[in-house]
Amino acid sequence: MANLYTATAANKRNSFFITAALTAVFVVLGYFLGRYWGSGYGGVFIAFLVALVMSLSAYYSGDKMVLGISRAKRIEKKDYPQLFNVIEELAIAGGLPMPAVYVIDDTAPNAFATGRDPKHASVAITTGLMQKLNRDELQGVMAHELSHVGNRDILYATMVGILVGSIAMMSDFFLRSFFWGGGRRRRSSSEGGAAGAIFVVIAIALAVLAPIFTKLLQLAVSRQREYLADASAAKLTRYPEGLASALQKISGDQEVLEVANRATQHLYIVNPIKPFEKRASNLFSTHPPIQDRIARLRAMK
Amino acid sequence: MIGWLVLIILVVLVFAAIGIFNNLVVLRKRCDSAWAQIDVQLKRRYDLIPNLVETAKGYLKHEREVLENVTKARQQAIDVSGVKEQAKAENMLSSTLKSLFAVAENYPDLKANQNMLALQEELASTENKISFSRQHYNDVVLDYNTKIEQVPSNVFATVFNFKAREFFEVEDAAEKKAPKVSFT
Repeated sequence: MANLYTATAANKRNSFFITAALTAVFVVLGYFLGRYWGSGYGGVFIAFLVALVMSLSAYYSGDKMVLGISRAKRIEKKDYPQLFNVIEELAIAGGLPMPAVYVIDDTAPNAFATGRDPKHASVAITTGLMQKLNRDELQGVMAHELSHVGNRDILYATMVGILVGSIAMMSDFFLRSFFWGGGRRRRSSSEGGAAGAIFVVIAIALAVLAPIFTKLLQLAVSRQREYLADASAAKLTRYPEGLASALQKISGDQEVLEVANRATQHLYIVNPIKPFEKRASNLFSTHPPIQDRIARLRAMK
Repeated sequence: MIGWLVLIILVVLVFAAIGIFNNLVVLRKRCDSAWAQIDVQLKRRYDLIPNLVETAKGYLKHEREVLENVTKARQQAIDVSGVKEQAKAENMLSSTLKSLFAVAENYPDLKANQNMLALQEELASTENKISFSRQHYNDVVLDYNTKIEQVPSNVFATVFNFKAREFFEVEDAAEKKAPKVSFT
């Protein structure tokens, strides 16, 4: 458990480097695509503008959007006193302000956290999960979610999601316009000959590769953060078995969470899209294999 | 040239010193607020107990003693002062509450009482909140105590009289034992 503190520090460092790297990819891509369209700096400018608008909207209303898509309802203490108490206890343990609590009316067991910082955080849980878990297990799951809040994973996940999404969008836009209207565009460009052709090749290569690599990076980070949130949850409750046994129960469940989709799957405590979970160890998964998470938790005692 | 260099170094040093000092202040404040949080939870428990006793009274006619012990332990915990004595009185209160709930197990009517169920959840949660707030207090004290021993902040700690805080320790040996884990 001693290396948990170093893990948190590394987490912050990684956040910085990865955000910087993604921004760099974003700007370079913007430059080359802009170059193809006639103005490299214009491309960079548009790239920044797109990122800025998306970041601001996600920063201020991303959590509401996610909660809305998931059809989560805000609850008060009198609705679910035990759930509320469990979350209050963990907020105290972590020295965090009490988050807003939401419930999703779905029998599939799952939970997620969202919000831009601990003061504006929300946690959501399905009614199915509440029914299936005992108090210790519920505590483990909520500790995992509050750890995402405490580790600042929620804002980071949103930001990285936007950067990766913007890169994919720009590449997509470029590739479509290249294949469907490329000839006309190129004639109107000021450049011609070999130099122009090289830029076209670079632009195409970037547009194809950048989205794939940034997506893989995002997924790798997402998996790493799940492990860290599990470890932090154990530190909060001092009882790793609670979360381990909750994960066991959730993984054994066959129901599919209907309100989850590709855009929100990385937020949940376990991947709600079941076919993905089966080959969860591959590069394209948002979550580490659940059996491995359980094994790591049980090794902490 | 040398003059400018010295000036720049001095400015950097001053800013570093301010940073270290402020960091110490923040950590100390965190200890204070974590300590206050424990009191909030203890007070909440004091407030819940009269309700509990009132609800249980009607059912536990033959168990006066258990109820009286709870009331007495509560009063003692409120009256006492000093960290060590306080901890002792709180532990005493916890154990009388435990025996009250154990006795209540034998009274199905009481166990089924909605009010009692709600109070039991509230008290169980408050017990958890008390121990979690103590745990959090120890976490922030650990940060603070480490900082005031580390170079270079130890120099500032000595000069500005930042004193190490005491950890909250569990007196009762039984409470120190790790919780039993059962695989199912």
